[in-house]
Amino acid sequence: MATINSVQEEIIEDFGMLDGDMEMTIGYVMELGTKLPELPAEYQTDQNIVKGCQSKVWLHAKMVDDKVVFEADSNTAITKGLVSLLVRILSNQTPDDILNADLYFHEKIGMNRFIGTQRSNGFAAMIKQMQIYALAMKAKIN
Amino acid sequence: MVDAAIDIEAIRKQFPILHQEVNGKPLVYFDNAATSQKPQCVIDALTHYYNTDNSNIHRGIHTLAERATTAFEDTRKAVAKFLNTNEVEEVIFTKGTTEGINLVAATYGRKFIGAGDEIIVSALEHHSNIVPWQILCEEKGAILKVIPVNEKGELIFDEYVKLLSDKTKLVSVNYISNALGTINPVKEIIAEAHKVGAKVLIDAAQAAPHVKLDVKALDCDFLAFSAHKVYGPTGVGALYGKRDLLEAMPPYQGGGEMIKDVSFSGTTFNDIPYKFEAGTPNIGEVIAFKAAIDFVEELGQENIAQYEDELMAYANDLLKDVEGFTPVGTADKKASVISFLIDGVHPFDLGQLLDARGIAVRTGHHCAQPLMEFFNIEGTVRASFSVYNTKEEIKCFVDSLKAVIKMFK
Repeated sequence: MATINSVQEEIIEDFGMLDGDMEMTIGYVMELGTKLPELPAEYQTDQNIVKGCQSKVWLHAKMVDDKVVFEADSNTAITKGLVSLLVRILSNQTPDDILNADLYFHEKIGMNRFIGTQRSNGFAAMIKQMQIYALAMKAKIN
Repeated sequence: MVDAAIDIEAIRKQFPILHQEVNGKPLVYFDNAATSQKPQCVIDALTHYYNTDNSNIHRGIHTLAERATTAFEDTRKAVAKFLNTNEVEEVIFTKGTTEGINLVAATYGRKFIGAGDEIIVSALEHHSNIVPWQILCEEKGAILKVIPVNEKGELIFDEYVKLLSDKTKLVSVNYISNALGTINPVKEIIAEAHKVGAKVLIDAAQAAPHVKLDVKALDCDFLAFSAHKVYGPTGVGALYGKRDLLEAMPPYQGGGEMIKDVSFSGTTFNDIPYKFEAGTPNIGEVIAFKAAIDFVEELGQENIAQYEDELMAYANDLLKDVEGFTPVGTADKKASVISFLIDGVHPFDLGQLLDARGIAVRTGHHCAQPLMEFFNIEGTVRASFSVYNTKEEIKCFVDSLKAVIKMFK
């Protein structure tokens, strides 16, 4: 299984090929969102909505073996692409790895510039929610 | 593209901010309902104050204080003229429309509204003209009533009249809706309210840049607007109030210019308008506010309105060809605001992708969540035009819209 940092490096490389073009970058993010596996309707509940996002983002977590598996969806295409990046990085990792993760890819790809401050805040809220899930899963295991 | 009365090239030259690229594309600024851009004369007035006249006002006897005070009070005269009141003392400087409304709620409301009294707002209001009244009603046990709107986003006048009674103490409505651009029949609203003895506050934040404000002709009791939507600086606005009402109202905040004499046994308050202007105001911004008013008056509000109507007609015509375009708010009388949705595309995504093409529009609920609830939507995309916008920009916007929509197919 790829490590959190190796996936981050892959993403940084992928975005590097877009040459900083704003429209192409957003288009690419949206495309990533379309590849995100569909979140079952039963998980698209108010309880699973990430607080702090302007758009609606549903995030669900479950344990498979000793790993946390994340599933997500959003009602906006760009946000769906953003959460897909986090799912790609943090899903199928152990709770400890998620809690200790140093997420740096968004700064390297200049995400703030192409999604703006409000969505960046939402993005931070998604990360926080994923860590809360990881913490809850860790507590459950122990 | 040059209207007989508006020389668009000459106007655009006065706005330095418009001549730049955003994300590698020429800026198209269609977020004017949120704030307008500032002409060079406003920027110059602001820097002139800080470069040459910076001083506190009303108390100093030195030359700079004198210059600053004169310029500050000249703006008050200009605002009085802009609103068509002969009484300069009826103009109070505020931080903006929101503070003007809060001031009336906190002073007139506190003194003259009690348990069981009714306040009427409309379903078209933005939060600034809802929340201060909710707070007041909560404190006083008064009741907030809401004028409903129809599917076109127009106030239902008959329903408004039914809400009025001798319990109605205040009606507070916007002149033009920020979210939809609906122009409300405020003159008629005021006349009906006065029949039952209610006072009326007009939120003219959106109206000030688009229609001639005339407090005498309207006979409104209060009117609030902001400088920054009329090509002026942020953090400054004006509240108009009829003299007898302002004089009867208790002070808003304590300290500074609002005091006549202070002793520990008691304080006497200054006369209007100073009674409501506690502390050191935004002096430079107030002074530059006059330059903005002069700019508008030089162009002529009728000319501005006529030109913006032309832009609206042109935009509406082009937007007919945009796949999945649904306007939100189709009132018969509208200012230069187009609020819309595109089938299958979230407003946030649309706003972000238009920004990538250098086009600034607003997306979201526009601080009018109850109105969005009425339409059962989360929000809209809002393009709002100003006197410095052009038909070429509208064409660019519509072409970009079509290109962005294709990305979702």
